[in-house]
Amino acid sequence: MTVTATPVAALPATTAISLRGVSKAFGRSGDAVVALDNITLDVARGEFVCLVGASGCGKSTSLNLIAGLDRPTVGEVAVQGRTALMFQEAALFPWLTVRDNVALPLRLAGKGKAERHRRAEDLLEQVHLGGQGGRRPHELSGGMRQRAALARALAQDAEILLMDEPFGALDAMTRDLLHDELEQVWSSTGLTIVFVTHNVREAARLSDRIVLLTSLPGKVADEFPVAIARPRRIDSPEVMGLAAAVTDRLRAEVRRHGD
Amino acid sequence: MTTEVHTEGLEEQKLAEEIAGLDALEAHLESHPTRARQIWSMTWPKLAAIVLALGVWQAVVWSGWKDDYVLPGPDRVLPVLWDLLATGDFWKAVSITMRRAMTGYLVALMIGSVIGLAVARIRLLRSAVGSLITGLQTMPSIAWFPLAILLFGLTERAIMFVVVLGAAPSIANGLIGGVDHVPPLMVRAGRMIGAKGIGLYRHVILPAALPTYVGGLKQGWAFAWRSLMAGELLVIVANRPSIGDQLQLAREFSRPQVMLALMIVILVIGIVVDTVFGRADVTIRRRWGLIDHAT
Repeated sequence: MTVTATPVAALPATTAISLRGVSKAFGRSGDAVVALDNITLDVARGEFVCLVGASGCGKSTSLNLIAGLDRPTVGEVAVQGRTALMFQEAALFPWLTVRDNVALPLRLAGKGKAERHRRAEDLLEQVHLGGQGGRRPHELSGGMRQRAALARALAQDAEILLMDEPFGALDAMTRDLLHDELEQVWSSTGLTIVFVTHNVREAARLSDRIVLLTSLPGKVADEFPVAIARPRRIDSPEVMGLAAAVTDRLRAEVRRHGD
Repeated sequence: MTTEVHTEGLEEQKLAEEIAGLDALEAHLESHPTRARQIWSMTWPKLAAIVLALGVWQAVVWSGWKDDYVLPGPDRVLPVLWDLLATGDFWKAVSITMRRAMTGYLVALMIGSVIGLAVARIRLLRSAVGSLITGLQTMPSIAWFPLAILLFGLTERAIMFVVVLGAAPSIANGLIGGVDHVPPLMVRAGRMIGAKGIGLYRHVILPAALPTYVGGLKQGWAFAWRSLMAGELLVIVANRPSIGDQLQLAREFSRPQVMLALMIVILVIGIVVDTVFGRADVTIRRRWGLIDHAT
C-alpha cells in the first residue's frame, strides 16, 4: 500500500487537482472490491469537470479521495486549495434556521457574529434565497434546500467545489433553474468544480469537460472537451448532440459489461 | 460591450424571477387553525375523559360492589378534596413531596446525563456498562427499598437513593440512544464544514440527539414520580409530612374519602408534569419539521 503525497509546491499553479495512477480497493485482498483502477486525471483551476458513468464506476469514491475523506490504496492525489463537498441530500441541520446553517462553517472558523450574519445573508442572496434566512430547512422545497446547501458550501471559502449528484432528487424544472444558477455562481466565483452525475445531458449542459468512467472497476474510458458557448440551454442542438455522443459511448461500455 | 453586459444583467434578472416564481409555487400552504380553536381541540377530549371517569366511578359505587364507607363515590370525595385544598397541612405535604421530586429528578438528570455521555463516547465503557444500564431501567424501583433502608435508615436519603436509581438509567439511555441515532449523513456534513472533536459534539451530535434525550427525560420523570410515591409510603420520615405519608395515615385512620382525594392529587400532579414534557417534545419536533401537518 503506497501512498505518496505529491508536495503541493510541485503542482503548477494552474492545476487544482491531480490524480496519478490512483487505485482504490475496499476490503481484504482476497475479496477486495476494486472501486477505482489506475485513474490519472488533472483538473485545472477554475475548470468545470463532470465525472459521468453508470453505478459502480467509483464517481463518489473519487470525490471522497479528492476531498481528503479517504486515502487511495495506490497512487497520488494532490489537491491545491480547500475543498467543499455537496451531497445528493442537502443535509441541512433541522435545529438551525437556514441562515444559521449557512453561517455554521463561518462560526466553526471562528468568525464573529455580525460578520457571520452579513456573509450568510450575502450568500443567500447569491443563491436567490434572500429573505428566507429565518425559515427552517423543513419549510423549504427540495430545490431551495439544495441552494441553501450550496450557500453553506460557498461559506467554507473553498477553492474547489465537489458535488455528488446534487440535483439527482429534484424535478426537471427545478433542475434546469439550478443549472442556470450554478453556472452563474461558477462564473462569478471562478471556483474549480468537480461534478459527479449519471445524467449525461446535465453533464453536457454544465461542464467544460466530461470524463467518462467505466464500472467495476472504475477506469477513465474517455474524455470529451465541451466547447459549446455559454450560457447554454439543455435543449440546444449542440448540447443534445454531445449528450447523444456521450450516451452512445456510455452504452457501449455498459454493453461490454454484459459480455 | 455594453449590450453584452446589459443582456447578461437581463438574463440574471430573468433567472431570479423564474426562481422566485417556482419557490412561490412550491411554498407550503398550511392552514393554521386559530389559537382559540387549537386550545379547544386540545382541552375538550380531556374534559370529556374526566367526566367519563367520574361517571364510571359513580356507577361502580351505585352498583353496591363495596360498601359506601369502604369505597365512597365522587359525591363524597370531591367535597373532601375541596376542603383539603384549603388546609395548610395539605400544602405543606405537597411542597415536601414536590421538593423531593425536584431534587431527586435533578440529581438523576445530572448523573444520568454524565453517564450517558461517557458511555456514548467511550467504547470500552459502553461494552462494560451499557447493558447494565438497561437492566437497571427494567428493575422495579420498589425492589431497591430494602437495600436503601439498610444503607440509610428511614431517612430522606433512602428515598433520594431510590428515586435517582429509578430515573437515571432512563435519562442515560435517552442520551445514548440520541447519540447513536444521529444520521451518518449529518455527521459527514458536519465534518465537511469543519466540525471536529468537541466541536462536532457541540454543534452536530448533541443537538441531533435532543429529541431522543427529551424522550429519556420524560420517561425518567415517570420513574422518579413512581419511585417517590412508593418511597413515601414505605419510608416514613419523622416530622416530614408528605403526600405519601398522608395517604398512609388516611388508610390507617379509615378515611377513604381523604385517601381517594389524595390519589386524585397524585394523578393530577403526574399529568401536569407529563404535559410539560409533552409540550417540550412537540415544540422540538415542530421546529425540526418532524410533525406532519397533513393529518
